[in-house]
Amino acid sequence: MNSILDIEHLRTHFKTDDGTVRAVDDVSFQVRQGEIVCIVGESGSGKSITAMSVMGLVEGPAGRVVGGNIRFDGEELLKLSRNELRTIRGNEIAMIFQEPMTSLNPVLKIGEQLMEPLIEHRKLNKKAARKRAIELINEVGISRAEQIADSYPHELSGGMLQRIMIAIAISCGPKLLIADEPTTALDVTIQAQILDMLRKFKEESNMSILLITHDLGVVAEMADYVVVMYAGKVVEEGEVVALFENPKHPYTQGLLKSKPIINQRQEELYSIPGQVPNPLELVPSCYFHERCAHCMEICKTTQPALKEVGNQQKVACWLYEEATANV
Amino acid sequence: MSTINGEATKAYLSKKSVHTSLWRQSLRRLLKNKLAVFGFVVVAFMFAACFIGPLFSPYTDNKINMAFMNKPPSLKHWLGTDVLGRDVLTRVLQAGRISLTVGLASMVLSVFIGSLLGIIAGYYRGIVDQVIMRIADLLLTIPSLPLLFIFGALLSEWKVPTDYRMYIVMLMLSIVGWPGLARMVRGQMLSLREREFMQAAIVLGLRDRRKLFNHLLPNLVPLLIVIATLNIGGAILSESVLSYFGLGVMAPTPTWGNMIDAANNMIDFQEHPWLWIPPGFSIFATVIAINIFGDGLRDVLDPKQKR
Repeated sequence: MNSILDIEHLRTHFKTDDGTVRAVDDVSFQVRQGEIVCIVGESGSGKSITAMSVMGLVEGPAGRVVGGNIRFDGEELLKLSRNELRTIRGNEIAMIFQEPMTSLNPVLKIGEQLMEPLIEHRKLNKKAARKRAIELINEVGISRAEQIADSYPHELSGGMLQRIMIAIAISCGPKLLIADEPTTALDVTIQAQILDMLRKFKEESNMSILLITHDLGVVAEMADYVVVMYAGKVVEEGEVVALFENPKHPYTQGLLKSKPIINQRQEELYSIPGQVPNPLELVPSCYFHERCAHCMEICKTTQPALKEVGNQQKVACWLYEEATANV
Repeated sequence: MSTINGEATKAYLSKKSVHTSLWRQSLRRLLKNKLAVFGFVVVAFMFAACFIGPLFSPYTDNKINMAFMNKPPSLKHWLGTDVLGRDVLTRVLQAGRISLTVGLASMVLSVFIGSLLGIIAGYYRGIVDQVIMRIADLLLTIPSLPLLFIFGALLSEWKVPTDYRMYIVMLMLSIVGWPGLARMVRGQMLSLREREFMQAAIVLGLRDRRKLFNHLLPNLVPLLIVIATLNIGGAILSESVLSYFGLGVMAPTPTWGNMIDAANNMIDFQEHPWLWIPPGFSIFATVIAINIFGDGLRDVLDPKQKR
């Protein structure tokens, strides 16, 4: 399988009054065609900023992509002009957001918002666009499509709006769909429907999905490949089965341990002690060392590099450096 | 039983299918505001009277009739006649046409200029914003009446034909009218452009033109309607002031402002009140009604600005 999205050494920084925040710090991974890649991490781990960097949404005086490459389908996104980028956005890369309620323009009808990318990228006329829009509403499993097309966003529920967002996203047949916590704002029964729908469209059109989430249940359900991020860095990545069965990094182990298991009532749910470090006070070290049960001297002074540890699994941790060194 | 249920469902469905459109909701709320409705009725009456009324008057030719100089109100001349024997009621209505047209046109022009520049400044920010807003600030620092006086004096100096003065007055009023509006629109834009749905619009790869005029402008419409309505009142007042001082629209074209000029004359002021009370009352009633209506609109359309 050839890779559709290739991120290499991506660094996105934000300048604040107190110093530079390295929100994404030397992140590399690939998304192959027809594959679902999940980025997992706590709030502030840089997973959303990674996605926004791909979309070119990090802008303005404060935030900037300061280094690295983002290659989409062989094309370097960071070198494209505004206009070239515009023809890719919504057309070949689509994105859906966490909050469907606020992601749609409140004063435009659903149908109008569905028609826009079709008119813009597919060059359809209004009539054809409306016809396609109604088909799309049907495809995402909403009945009374005509009526929904003439409704305003505030007349629909969150679950329905997220379906509409998906309909808008897939309307131009993108090669890559970036979904930034698409189910976080929805209730559990709807979550499963939305995820099923994403998977269905992925299978039908062989698109790739970059799914950003902090919900390990979603990861287990959806992912082919998992990237675990912590404080702007990739700490572990690998095939989903291997990673769930044999997590290497203490952080990944902690994440998996803190997931509630159905039918097993524990006295207290495990939680990783401590907090995500202040991104302004990071010094060269393993950023996880303060919270790590296996912390060694070297962890406090030198940053481990992401190294392959067999079976398509990579981890950035001194524990395994030593292990390989000792063998 | 089943039929009753069927009926109920049907009734429910048909009720559902009527869209609870924002406009309809707003209209319903506006109708509940009795004062605003009253304001609207007065404004509508003024417009109707001024534009339709003169059609029924036998005195529209403005013939000078020395036999009927300065006659008090009578059955033949409801509001009396002026110094040249012209019917005051007809002149007030004809003046209203001019004043209301000037008010409306200069409002449309200043809303157009102000919202266009405000949208551009707020969306693109940076240097574009700086240039537009500094020009607006400059215009705002100069008190508008002296500025209008200077314009008016220049017009007289350059001997602009009286027929054209009306259009130039519209232009003048919109020049002093747009900066405040642009500033308000820009403020709204700065907040709107950061909203999540705009990020979604960027992600869809829409052109700037589409983002500005299809996505952002509709969000500004309620604000624009409110400002525009209130602006008409202001423009009518400014026009009246200018014309009163003989710097706006000039005789023989009547406007409410230049008709009140009669009050300048001590004899007319004391002896012939029918010359200046009708135009004065017209200005008063129209502007108050527009402001009441505009306030009502604001309460309905722009709840954030409620005091």
